Amino acid sequence: MAQQLVPGGGMPDRIADVWGTRTPHDRDTPWPVRVDTHLEEGVAEGDVDRWVRSACVLCSNGCACDIAVRDGRMVGIRGRAGDVVNHGRLGPKGLYGSWQWNGADRLTRPLVREGGRLVETGWDTAMDRIVERSRRLMEEIGPLSHGFYTSGQLFLEEYYALAVIGKAGLGTPHMDGNTRLCTATAAAALKETFGSDGQPGTYTDIDSCDAIFLYGHNMAETQTVLWARVLDRLYGPRPPVVVAVDPRRTRVTEAAGRTGGVHLAPLPGTNQALMNCLVREVIENGWVDREYVAAHTVGFEELAATVAPYTPERAAEICRVPAGDLRRAAEIFGTSDRVLSTVLQGFYQSHQATAASCQVNNLHLLRGQIGRPGGGVMQMNGQPTAQNTRECGADGDLPGFRNWNNPRHIDELARLWNVDPLTIPHWAPPTHAMQIWRYAEQGSIRFLWISATNPAVSLPELPRVRDILRREDLFVVVQDGFRTETSEYADVVLPAALWGEKQGTFTNADRTVHLSEKAVEPPGEARSDLDIFLDYARRMDLRDRDGGPLVPWSSPEEVFRAWQECSRGRPCDYTGLSYEKLRGDSGIHWPCNDQYPDGRDRLYADGIFPTDPDFCEAYGHDLLTGGDVTPERYRAARPDGRAHLKAAEYTPPPETTGEDHPYVLTTGRTVYHFHTRTKTGRSRRLRDAAPGPWAELSPGDAAALGVAEGDLVRIESPRGAVEVPARIGRGRDGVVFVPFHYGYWDTSGAAPDGRPRAANEMTLTEWDPVSKQPVFKVAAVRVTRLHTPGAPRPAAK
Amino acid sequence: MHLSTYVGLLHTSLRTLADAFRQVGDGHAEEPDVHHICHVLATGIDGHVDRLAPIVERYGEHREEEPERLHAAGLDSTRSGPVGLLRDLQDLYMLASLTDITWTAVGQAAQGLRDRELLDVVESCEQDTDRQLSWLRTRIKQSAPQALIAAS
Ligand code: SF4
Repeated sequence: MAQQLVPGGGMPDRIADVWGTRTPHDRDTPWPVRVDTHLEEGVAEGDVDRWVRSACVLCSNGCACDIAVRDGRMVGIRGRAGDVVNHGRLGPKGLYGSWQWNGADRLTRPLVREGGRLVETGWDTAMDRIVERSRRLMEEIGPLSHGFYTSGQLFLEEYYALAVIGKAGLGTPHMDGNTRLCTATAAAALKETFGSDGQPGTYTDIDSCDAIFLYGHNMAETQTVLWARVLDRLYGPRPPVVVAVDPRRTRVTEAAGRTGGVHLAPLPGTNQALMNCLVREVIENGWVDREYVAAHTVGFEELAATVAPYTPERAAEICRVPAGDLRRAAEIFGTSDRVLSTVLQGFYQSHQATAASCQVNNLHLLRGQIGRPGGGVMQMNGQPTAQNTRECGADGDLPGFRNWNNPRHIDELARLWNVDPLTIPHWAPPTHAMQIWRYAEQGSIRFLWISATNPAVSLPELPRVRDILRREDLFVVVQDGFRTETSEYADVVLPAALWGEKQGTFTNADRTVHLSEKAVEPPGEARSDLDIFLDYARRMDLRDRDGGPLVPWSSPEEVFRAWQECSRGRPCDYTGLSYEKLRGDSGIHWPCNDQYPDGRDRLYADGIFPTDPDFCEAYGHDLLTGGDVTPERYRAARPDGRAHLKAAEYTPPPETTGEDHPYVLTTGRTVYHFHTRTKTGRSRRLRDAAPGPWAELSPGDAAALGVAEGDLVRIESPRGAVEVPARIGRGRDGVVFVPFHYGYWDTSGAAPDGRPRAANEMTLTEWDPVSKQPVFKVAAVRVTRLHTPGAPRPAAK
Repeated sequence: MHLSTYVGLLHTSLRTLADAFRQVGDGHAEEPDVHHICHVLATGIDGHVDRLAPIVERYGEHREEEPERLHAAGLDSTRSGPVGLLRDLQDLYMLASLTDITWTAVGQAAQGLRDRELLDVVESCEQDTDRQLSWLRTRIKQSAPQALIAAS
């Protein structure tokens, strides 16, 4: 085992060396172990009292780790050598960000608004205010007055409890999470193509692939440990060819160049034209596995007809990429033995998100590249526990991937929860996040409970979001570990325990389930999110049909068992798992049941998909408009276990550049921060590594604008502006990039004080018609040079 | 022959429908999905108008006098608020249904005349009308409970 520890208690600085030392390996050999450790200064391994099992929640990789505890405090972290996900590795966020919020500026007591100010109070007062308002609105208006907006950071048990409270207790369809901003398209694309959510592939596929396609996925920065896995293949014998679709130049696109692959840099908003072209080329060149398509799919004729007009020349014109590169990319896809594709925000947060992501699935189906080692598709998440929001129904979907449009599925849930089926809202799809905010804006949602997320930085068009949060008639509950930009608008703030301070399970993007144990006590009076939700249910006196308590649980493990029953027989079957079993060597993939007692690493190896009308999670949508496919029509198509090849034409994005706003703004991440920096911004190393936002301009655009490195520039869309220093390089002409993590808590509080810096001041209130994921990657902006503030800032690596 | 009259009716209905989609989209610009999709669908309908044009020209030569009250009126204006949105979407639904059934009627006549060109147009465009109806139904189902129960 290659220990990375160096004498003196430190490891090489992983801010500078993000991916750590290479451990190259050959195709089809196991990824070597490399254990990464980081301990607080002055603490040696021998000083650690205990190591407590967990997994990192700072990106969707979900690296298994042990938390070092000394004298009741978290003092460090170590990767778990034997785990299937990370083989011992951790990235900079896991090493420096995950455990370092110990104590400092945490919320330790509930707060309530008094005379316009938030003041400390006790739990009874805070909860009474919530329950009093909640009860009154339930009587006056009913459950449609209530909305719950949650996170991709809670544990499975917390989501499930919340889902039962919302759906079976109150009966509101207005539940969603910030996972809508992040992972909704992954779920939507999986449902459209395969009939149910659930990641077909596994991270292990990286060890065996011959070609890896990354669509809008800057894996090097968003999932650093997974990228280390790719790098170890690239440095080993028989490395895979990399193809990257990204308007920027990144480590990933550079790897495409080095491996003889292709970097396609389409103009933001044109992914669907690009994908239609790749699919067309694969069909035209006869790279289709005809037998597989005939046996395991429906919809080929329509797909072929829809993509036919997208010749490389036509797509090249729309996307502004060379036609030859499109041909070459299609050839790599069409002729490699084992192709792995991964998709992320460059597709999900862009125009025609679901349609473009479905085309990735289509490419794999056309070649029968699914369910086998190295041949698979990964519809990723950015949020770590997003998978659980989806499974448990805290995002509004029905628990256990049940279909709201299938009365039998509703009856199952009603039996399980012992409630009237009519209580469970299922007259339409669940209300998505952007619509929840719209209802709040219009005054029909008057109670909004926000847990573990920070919409005042993360939602699009922040001036609008702040106006909604400020509304007199909206009662806002914020539950979090710290005061955030959002909590400053709350009526009640509840102090929540964070990771390491509570127990629960969570599932990463490749369906691996880990148990995260409680390492230390939460500070002050902070409570776990689960305890808070259960307390609300008790105080609301939520009951089942026979008058018994609706949520009789008091510990995470009890909720886990209840969830297992809910998942029984569904694609995400957890019945073979237990806390005890999760205390074994490694995380375990779902489904885990009698048939797969050790979990199932890849789905669909047999070419049988969960599309049966009685079993599937969704009947699907028209990809262009989001119109529902009716159950009758779905049945008439007779999918019967075959996957759907769905298609849509390309249409121009909702906002295009013009004279006033000539540049396309695209937003995204930096490696050192997680979303709104609520946690990572509080780790000194991560904060120092990227303390503030910037705008990235192409060299050509910078020259035309007369902007030099470090100059302060104003980027302005029709909705808002930021004023940030310029960095030059990496982007393509006509495109400006701004990272979206930055808000105002570490500058002035809740809102800009003359110097706006949150990228979402500028983004659009627009969403994909199918997944309802907001379009963060396309907005029209203008750029003005303000001045040169002193010495130029150094560019980031 | 009355088919020419009906082809004319279809041509006019399509233009009325495209206008109505644009009007509702703009009238409810604060609902971004409604705004965007109404415009996408309207652009699609413009395409149908173009595809039908040569056929209108071909049959136009034998046009009979049109009966009174043949054409459906478009929208005068749009309404506001959640219930207003619901009603406007319902108006669109009515106009789109009229177009849908007119495609069917014309398609039947095209069969009788073995007019392949017209049959092709009907076949491809009728699917799009169906798409408009399915989106409208979906959006109406989604809006109705909140508008009818919780909106002030
Ligand atoms: S790669 Fe993701 S899950 Fe792994 S340590 Fe880094 S932030 Fe945590």
